[in-house]
Amino acid sequence: MVAPKVISRKATTSKDLEKEYKWGFVTPIEPDLAPKGLNEDIVRLISRKKNEPEWLLEWRLKAYRYWTSLKYGEPRWAKVSFPPIDYQDIYYYSSPFKEKRPESLDEVDPELVEAFRKLGIPLEEQKKLTGVAVDAVFDSVSVATTLQKTLEEHGIIFCSVSEAVEKCPELVRKYLGSVVPYTDNFFASLNSAVFSDGTFAYVPPGVRCPVELMTYFRINTEGSGQFERTLIIADKGSYVSYLEGCTAPMRKTHQLHAAVVELIALDDAEIKYSTLQNWYPGDKEGRGGVYNFVTKRGKAAGRNSKVSWTQVETGSAITWKYPSVILQGDNSVGEFYSVALVNNHQQADTGTKMIHLGKNTRSTIIAKGISAGQGSNTYRGLVKIMPSAANARNFTRCDSLLIGDKCAAHTVPYIEVRNPTARMEHEATTSKVSDDQLFYLRQRGITEEQAQYMIINGFCRGVFQELPFEFAMEASQLLKVSLEGAVG
Amino acid sequence: MTSRGANHNRPLLEVRDLHVSVGSVEILKGLNLTVNLGEVHAVMGPNGSGKSTLTNALAGKPEYAVTEGKVLYRGKNLLEMLPEERAREGLFLAFQYPVELPGIRVREFLRTALDALREHRGLDKGSLREFNKLLQEKAKELGLDEELVKRSVNEGFSGGEKKRHEILQMAVLDPELALLDETDSGLDIDALKVVADAVNKFRKPDKAILLVTHYQRILNYVTPDFVHVLIDGRIVRSGGRDLALELEAKGYEWIRDAVESGREISV
Ligand SMILES: Nc1ncnc2c1ncn2[C@@H]1O[C@H](COP(=O)(O)OP(=O)(O)OP(=O)(O)O)[C@@H](O)[C@H]1O
Ligand SMILES: [Mg+2]
Repeated sequence: MVAPKVISRKATTSKDLEKEYKWGFVTPIEPDLAPKGLNEDIVRLISRKKNEPEWLLEWRLKAYRYWTSLKYGEPRWAKVSFPPIDYQDIYYYSSPFKEKRPESLDEVDPELVEAFRKLGIPLEEQKKLTGVAVDAVFDSVSVATTLQKTLEEHGIIFCSVSEAVEKCPELVRKYLGSVVPYTDNFFASLNSAVFSDGTFAYVPPGVRCPVELMTYFRINTEGSGQFERTLIIADKGSYVSYLEGCTAPMRKTHQLHAAVVELIALDDAEIKYSTLQNWYPGDKEGRGGVYNFVTKRGKAAGRNSKVSWTQVETGSAITWKYPSVILQGDNSVGEFYSVALVNNHQQADTGTKMIHLGKNTRSTIIAKGISAGQGSNTYRGLVKIMPSAANARNFTRCDSLLIGDKCAAHTVPYIEVRNPTARMEHEATTSKVSDDQLFYLRQRGITEEQAQYMIINGFCRGVFQELPFEFAMEASQLLKVSLEGAVG
Repeated sequence: MTSRGANHNRPLLEVRDLHVSVGSVEILKGLNLTVNLGEVHAVMGPNGSGKSTLTNALAGKPEYAVTEGKVLYRGKNLLEMLPEERAREGLFLAFQYPVELPGIRVREFLRTALDALREHRGLDKGSLREFNKLLQEKAKELGLDEELVKRSVNEGFSGGEKKRHEILQMAVLDPELALLDETDSGLDIDALKVVADAVNKFRKPDKAILLVTHYQRILNYVTPDFVHVLIDGRIVRSGGRDLALELEAKGYEWIRDAVESGREISV
C-alpha cells in the first residue's frame, strides 16, 4: 500500500515522557454503570443497552453458561502468578454516555474529547490524524470513529462492533466466533458473554485500504473490566493495516482486560495488525496494573492470504496473549513479530501459535523479550504442522535481553510436526548489554544512558521495522519510559 | 564550548608516570609521553606489552584502573572525565577489535555521535542531507561500499572493513587527538594505502595522532615525527622514523637486551 503518513500521537513533549506513566490521568466522567458482578441478567442488560438482535443475546448466553461451567477455572499453565480474581467484584458495563449513543461529536461530553486529545488522539474532524481512521473506545463504548466518509467511498466498513451489528448483521453473524469460538478458553468465553465495544472492519474484494485503521482503547472507570471484541475481515484480494493502542489510569487495584480479536483473510487478502500495548503496568512495588488476558487469532483462510501480527507489549502487570495464525489456505503466510518488555514486577507470558493446514504455508516468528527489574518474561510458542500441510516452512527466532540480575527470561517453544516435508528452523539467544558495546558508544561521545537505549532499540529493530514509521518512533519512546529506573 | 584550541603552548597530551592495572595485574608501570598538536607519534612494541592498555586507559575504559600518575589533556585532568566527555573534548580511539552493535545502523550511530559532539562544541545539528553527503563522501574515499552505512555497526564486517570503518568514524567525527590502535593490521596493501591517505588527510597542525602498530609498513605512508618502543608497560626508547626501521631489521630483542644491559635509554 502507499504508505500513508501515520499519526503523530505526541500530545506531550519528550520531556514529559521522561516522567513515570504519563497516561495515568483519570477523566471526571459519571459513567452509566451496570451493577457490579456477573449473572444472566447482566448479560441481558448489556445486550439490551446495545439494542442487539435475539441471536446475539442467545450467543452471549450460551457463552455465559459455558463460562460458568468452567467454575472460575482460569488457565494456570502460563508462567505468571496472580491471586484469585473476584469476578463478582467487577463492573461489566461502563459507558461514558448516560443516554443513547451520540449521533455526532458535538453531542459528546467535552471531557471525553479532551481525554483523547491528551492521549494524542484528536477526534474532531478538522484536527484528525492524517492518514489514520480512528475508533476511540472508552471503557465499554466506542466514542467516535473518524474518517468514516473516506472509508465509505471505498466500500470499507469501519465502526464499532455495536454499530456493525446494526449495519451489517449478516457479516457479524457469519464471522463472530468463527476463529475464536466461545468455548476456546476461559477468558474468551467470558469475553463472548459480556463483550462491550470493539472495532469492526470489513474491506471489500480488491480494495487496498487507503489509510491505517486504528483503535485507541482506554479504560477509565475504577473497577471496570474491559472486554472488547475486534473483528476484521479482508475480503478477496484486499489489504488492510490496523493499529491498536491502549492506556489506562494509574490505579491501586488491578483491572481486568480480556479482549478477543478475530481476523479473517480470504483468498489473496492481507491483514497487518499492529499493537502498542501500554496499559498501566502497576507501580514499582507491583501494586495495581492491568491484567491483560487476551485471545487474538487470525485465520489465513484463503489461498495466498496473509496474516501478520506485530506487537510491542510494554504495559500491563500481567500479559497473557498469543496472537496466532491458522494457515488454512494453500500458500498462506503467517507472521508474528513481538517485543515484550517487563520491568519492576511485571510478568509476561506471550508468544504465538502457527497452525499449518494448507500446502506450502509459511510462518515466521520473531520474538524479542526484554527483562528488567524483577520482571519475568516468557516466550511460549507452538508451531504445528498438520498432515495436510505439505511443504510447510517455519522460521522461529527468540532473543532475550536481560538488564540487571533480578529479572528472568524463559523460552518455551513447542513444535509438532505431522508432515515429513516440513522445514523448521529455530534460533534462540540470550544476551546482556555488554560493557564493550557501551564503551564503544561512549567513546564516540554518547552518554551511557543513551548508549543503553540505543543497544536496546537495536535489539528490537527487526520488530520495530515492521511497524508503520511513526508507530515505530513511539514504540522506542515507550521502551524508554518503561525502562525508567532500570537503565542509566 | 570549552577551551578547545586554547592553551596554545601547552602540549595537547601529557602522560606522567602512568600506572594502569587490570584486575590485580599492573600492566602500565610508569609511562611518560608528551604529544603536541601537529605531531604524529608511533608506538611500537611486542604483543602484550601494554599498547592497547594505554589507548584504552586514555579513552577511559572502566576496567582499566589508573593507580598512579596523571594525564593532562589540554592542561585539564583527563582522568576525571567520563569516556563520553573525553570523546567530546576531542579524543578518538580507533579500536583494535571493534565490537558489533546489532540493530544499530552505521548511519544512525554516526549521526547520534556527531550530534553529541556538535552540541558540545556549541554548534547546531546540521541538516540530515549534509550529514548524508559527508558520510557518503568519506565512505567513498575509504573505498567502503555505499550500502555499508545501512548495516548494523561492525556486524558481519570483514576485518578490513572494520578497520576502515573506524577511520570513517574518525573522518566524520573530526576529533583532535586520534588514537589508532593497530588500524593497519589485517589490511591488504591497497586498503593500507587508502587508510594511510585518510590519516594523512586528517593530519593537520591542529590535530595529533598516536598510532599503535607492529609494522613499520604503514610508516612508509604516514611518516611519524616520533617513534616510541613500549616494552613491559614502559616506553623504553624513543626516536625518529629511523628507529622503526631499525626495529624492523633487528627485532624487539635487540632493544630488550639494550635496556637490560643498561645502555642508553633516551630520546
Ligand atoms: N581487559 C583485560 N582483562 C585482562 N587482561 C587484560 C585486559 N586487557 C589487557 N590485559 C592484559 O594486559 C596485557 C597487555 O595487553 P594489551 O592489550 O595492552 O597488549 P598490546 O600491547 O596491545 O598487545 P597486542 O599487540 O597483542 O595488541 C596482556 O597481558 C593482556 O592479557
Ligand atoms: Mg593491542
